[in-house]
Amino acid sequence: MDRNNSRRQLAAMKQSLFDQGHLDEQFIQLEELQDDANPNFVEEIVTLYYRDSSRLISSLEQTLHFCACGRERNPLDFNKLDTIMHQFKGSSSSIGAKKVKAESTLIREYCRTGNAEGCRKSFQQMKKEYVALRKRLENYFQLVRQAGPMERACRPK
Amino acid sequence: MVHNRSIISHNIDSGCFPSPHLDAFPAGLRVLVVDDDPTWLRILEKMLKKCFYQVTTCCLAIEALKKLREKKDAYDIVISDVNMPDMDGFKLLEHVGLEMDLPVIMMSVDGETSRVMKGVQHGACDYLLKPIRMKELRNIWQHVLRKRIHEAREFETFEGIHLMRNGSNHIDDGNLFAVGGEMNLMKKRKDLDNKHDDKEFGDQTSLKKARVIWSVDLHQKFVKAVNRIGFDKIGPKKILDLMNVPWLTRENVASHLQKYRLYLSRLQKENDQKYSTGGIKYFDLPSKDSGCVSFLDSLNKQQNDGAIDNFRYSDGTLKLHMESTSHEVDLNGIVTRPTIDKIRASVSDIIDPKIRKCSQIGHNQPYESAESEVNHTVFEYSTVSTQCSWNEVPKMLLKEEQNTQKHFQIDQSQSMNSDPSGYTSDYISPVNSMALEVVTFPSQSKSLVANDQSPDIVFTSNLSSKAPGYNLGCISDMEIYQRNLLLDSHAALTPLDEDLHLLLLQGEYYNMNFGMQNIEMSEYSDPWIIAEVPTNLYDSADYS
Repeated sequence: MDRNNSRRQLAAMKQSLFDQGHLDEQFIQLEELQDDANPNFVEEIVTLYYRDSSRLISSLEQTLHFCACGRERNPLDFNKLDTIMHQFKGSSSSIGAKKVKAESTLIREYCRTGNAEGCRKSFQQMKKEYVALRKRLENYFQLVRQAGPMERACRPK
Repeated sequence: MVHNRSIISHNIDSGCFPSPHLDAFPAGLRVLVVDDDPTWLRILEKMLKKCFYQVTTCCLAIEALKKLREKKDAYDIVISDVNMPDMDGFKLLEHVGLEMDLPVIMMSVDGETSRVMKGVQHGACDYLLKPIRMKELRNIWQHVLRKRIHEAREFETFEGIHLMRNGSNHIDDGNLFAVGGEMNLMKKRKDLDNKHDDKEFGDQTSLKKARVIWSVDLHQKFVKAVNRIGFDKIGPKKILDLMNVPWLTRENVASHLQKYRLYLSRLQKENDQKYSTGGIKYFDLPSKDSGCVSFLDSLNKQQNDGAIDNFRYSDGTLKLHMESTSHEVDLNGIVTRPTIDKIRASVSDIIDPKIRKCSQIGHNQPYESAESEVNHTVFEYSTVSTQCSWNEVPKMLLKEEQNTQKHFQIDQSQSMNSDPSGYTSDYISPVNSMALEVVTFPSQSKSLVANDQSPDIVFTSNLSSKAPGYNLGCISDMEIYQRNLLLDSHAALTPLDEDLHLLLLQGEYYNMNFGMQNIEMSEYSDPWIIAEVPTNLYDSADYS
């Protein structure tokens, strides 16, 4: 019974993540890659993503010159910013982080047009989403472990 | 079949299969994935493994190049991200195309047309957008196959045209091939010029416009130089000097040489595979280790236990010859030099081609050769023990050399190319042609033999010098003939009567060639039919 509840909760969680546009098709693809050889493949990938992308986030913050008072100082190195954003976008596409990816595209656009303000605002928005998604996925995987192997059977397509 | 399967799985397990295994292809395709993003690297690895490909991952371009350079034939295809910290993906693409001549697929989250175009211009055979789907990866084997077929045709055409010019009696065929060659060349130019041509996309890793177009003539000069120097001693500088083409650079030659080497080694491996998987019980040459011995064993067995009867076509002379010669076949398939004269003499007496063949069986004597190790290699590759050793023989046989068969070879390769299932045929035929090319440098056969990578060249060259038209490399032909021999099927032999002379079955060809100088292969109208024949014969042949 507990398991059934967990499973239902899990399904609901996942559904809302999709409905709210946080995750896209790529997440399903990852789930489909999961098998007996790699039973926790999706969680493994998500963990890998967050670990690797955190250094990109620090790098971005550095490039955007966010100082304590939040005021911009030197002109932004748009090229460097764009390069890192390209990497970040590619990385985010790996787990299907839809909103994060969309914000990345926006930042790159601002880089192209030399809009420093736009870059910074977009970045902050993106970081919020990035952090929120991490939390939700952590909860999700916790529930996955609770629900046990049965969960694998009822994956929404 | 069980035997074949075990060899196959052994090879796959040990990772020593040089190229996509015929039976399981595209499974076992060896992919090198390069991406600085660890998440994608892991995902791609998983995806490719699901396709049953053999995956190697790299997060640095430099590391990837190192891996590729270390073992030239260890990979079939490279998938690389466009943006990498240590090296631009396009640069890696260029290096791989130039040095290893492997198909390269680019990946990026950025699908901007200009980037994609740049990829195509630098020679990428495909450009995938991240996130990449399973179905896209499942199809990558097509690029490998396409490239090899294209490559085989390229070299084959070069050789074919050369041969045609060198004494073919069939001008029509020559024109045909010349046209084919021209078309090939035209296609090459088109590749360089046309960046938007999707059709050409997967065919060549064409680089920037500065790339040299290797015309038939140029390639001829190249191969001539290679043969003269000796395959084991070649180097771009030596080749360049011999070629005497002022505008050609050492780099041009180096890259072409690389391609040539890879091409040859692939051919050899294709042949190894073919013989290990096909129903060629007769030859029984599954791998370097076991092939030589088993073949020779069966050869010896033939000679010694009266299986010769199979070959005897009721001609008394046959028996005579058999008796006068020893049946000893060294494991390396070498034949003693002194017997050559004897063989020649006896052979010339024989008129019936079949008998000639039979007598040759008896002449499989240890042939002294300096390159016994190489012989081993060569042998398995070409399925004819006599081939190996023939460093010396060619010189003598050169006198008998006729090039009338050459066009035949070409025909065969041409027709074989059209066979969708003749994946390996494509590789066989070109070798034949190439072998003929080598004919002119018999003294080089020794060094050629020494090179593990090009035993086929040695063989076929030696063979072709005397065996107008039937390169040993042309294994399917040989199989056909052998089958015919074994089964004593006159019907099958009839159309190939004179061609049989050329058959280099187990060294028999030597004997055969002696007598036959003007064999008209041209009578053979449809080489492909011949190629078809053996399969039936294989089943019925009782060769163990």
